[in-house]
Amino acid sequence: MKKLEPLFTSLPLHLIIILIAFIWILPSVGLLITSFRSSAEVASSGWWSIFQHPFNFTCFTLENYHQVIIRIGIGRAFLNTLFITIPSTVIPIAIASLAAYAFAWMDFPGRRFLFVILVGLLVVPLQMTMIPILRVFNKLGLAGTFPGIWLAHTGYGLPLIIYLLYNFISSLPSELFDASSIDGAGHFQVFTKLVLPLSLPALASVTIFQFLWIWNDLLVALVYLGGTPDVAPMTVRISALVGSYGQDWELLTAAAFVSMVLPLILFLSLQRYFVKGILAGAVKG
Amino acid sequence: MLYTKKYTPWLYILPAIFLLFFFLVYPSINTIYISFFNYNSEIWVGIKNYIYCFTNEIMLNSFKNNALWVILFVPLTVFLGLIIAILVDRVRYEALVKSIIFMPMAISFVGAGVIWKFVYAYRPASSAQTGILNALRAALQLEPLPWLIIRPWLNNFCLIVVGVWIWTGFCMVILSASYKGIPRELLEAARVDGASEFKVFWRIILPLMEPTLAVVATTMTINVLKVFDIVYVMTNGNYNTEVIANRMYKEMFIFRNYGRASAIAVILLVLIIPMIVINIQRFREQEGMR
Repeated sequence: MKKLEPLFTSLPLHLIIILIAFIWILPSVGLLITSFRSSAEVASSGWWSIFQHPFNFTCFTLENYHQVIIRIGIGRAFLNTLFITIPSTVIPIAIASLAAYAFAWMDFPGRRFLFVILVGLLVVPLQMTMIPILRVFNKLGLAGTFPGIWLAHTGYGLPLIIYLLYNFISSLPSELFDASSIDGAGHFQVFTKLVLPLSLPALASVTIFQFLWIWNDLLVALVYLGGTPDVAPMTVRISALVGSYGQDWELLTAAAFVSMVLPLILFLSLQRYFVKGILAGAVKG
Repeated sequence: MLYTKKYTPWLYILPAIFLLFFFLVYPSINTIYISFFNYNSEIWVGIKNYIYCFTNEIMLNSFKNNALWVILFVPLTVFLGLIIAILVDRVRYEALVKSIIFMPMAISFVGAGVIWKFVYAYRPASSAQTGILNALRAALQLEPLPWLIIRPWLNNFCLIVVGVWIWTGFCMVILSASYKGIPRELLEAARVDGASEFKVFWRIILPLMEPTLAVVATTMTINVLKVFDIVYVMTNGNYNTEVIANRMYKEMFIFRNYGRASAIAVILLVLIIPMIVINIQRFREQEGMR
């Protein structure tokens, strides 16, 4: 059917789609180009003016990245973000996979009740929790520390991760568990040798999700870590730069792009899992 | 089912239960409690903080702005997501276009804020415009506009556009999967019977996709009630762009008024509760849980 459509009837369709895609990508292109232009040029002309001399590569510079990463400290913030994100991804997924397995394949009193509460917790706004946790953190000396934010992200991430993993693990065929039962395997063996390997696609999805969520988080880091350069992640530093370097677009855009590189690589290479995760979370939910 | 000792399930779920209790259940209850106290939680003030929230001008303005976000953002993201999902289904470069629309989901709201602040950049008419929107206006011989400052409609709308840019991809992905689940024969049959594309859309596609549309709309509504990062980065609530979540952050960290901040958080929760109820109902319908 598609192939039979003559060009003149499908042309408007193509034009509309290409226009939408163009509008969507244009702001990001502006960011990328600006981050490679010198401050004098950024101040005197728009980024699109480079297309007047498309092969003049001399107008590009890495100076902004040097400035931003070394002098302004986005390099340090990049490491902080990494140091926040990895444990905040691994710990909740480990804890959640155990819980999801128990909810799916063990019978215990209060199971249904606990699960309904879990579903309710999915949408509790984090704002509801911040002041009491901050007070406890202050008493325990966890405010402004990495372990503090690892714990916070773990607690906040658990409802959704348990829920997504439960959806997947509970849909594994029950014969699997009957066979293991005959073989005399215990729960822990079934969990580590069967369930975890079989759940790899689901685990990949939630890992990407949680990773990007933490990487891009601003609010939780603002509240529990604050803006001190030795702990602050990129999101916190960059949002502060927007205030202090408001007109230095070459620096702001370079800093923003540094913070986007890893998510973009992950997204482009693992888009499939990303999409699967969204579908599992939203449609089944 | 495997043989399960009485205590085994608890070994598996206790770490999660403990963390959920400590980070979500206990603090939520505590926040409700301290919302009835003064700024440092020492003196009981009854509903004074709530009265403040519903009488203070900036708070009322925040409610108004959040309402504006709901009214514009939710239909825009869902509608655009749906239209794009249906349109790209007909072309061969579908995957590429979807990647482009979906890409903003991968980057931070802070990054998106920088991207769009640059789009809205404003300089006096005498100098060259470096923000693309004002450059377009200049090309059309129009005066440059300070997009993020003109209140109350234009700047709020400009912020909402950023949200739409980020979240439309999310809606598109879910709606696209749902659209592809509609049997093609059904649509073809209607077309053969002489139904126009418009009719096919209204009479067949929309009704069949209604449950998914409802899910997406609920998710977007929750998102938008909690909107924080975009406003924090781009205007910090100045020029009449304040929203509830940013107000809560300010009361908590700038003014150190934990009573008011807690009351705002509780109001935010109350606004979201209908969504929680829908979520739980949907979960119950989905499966009687073995």
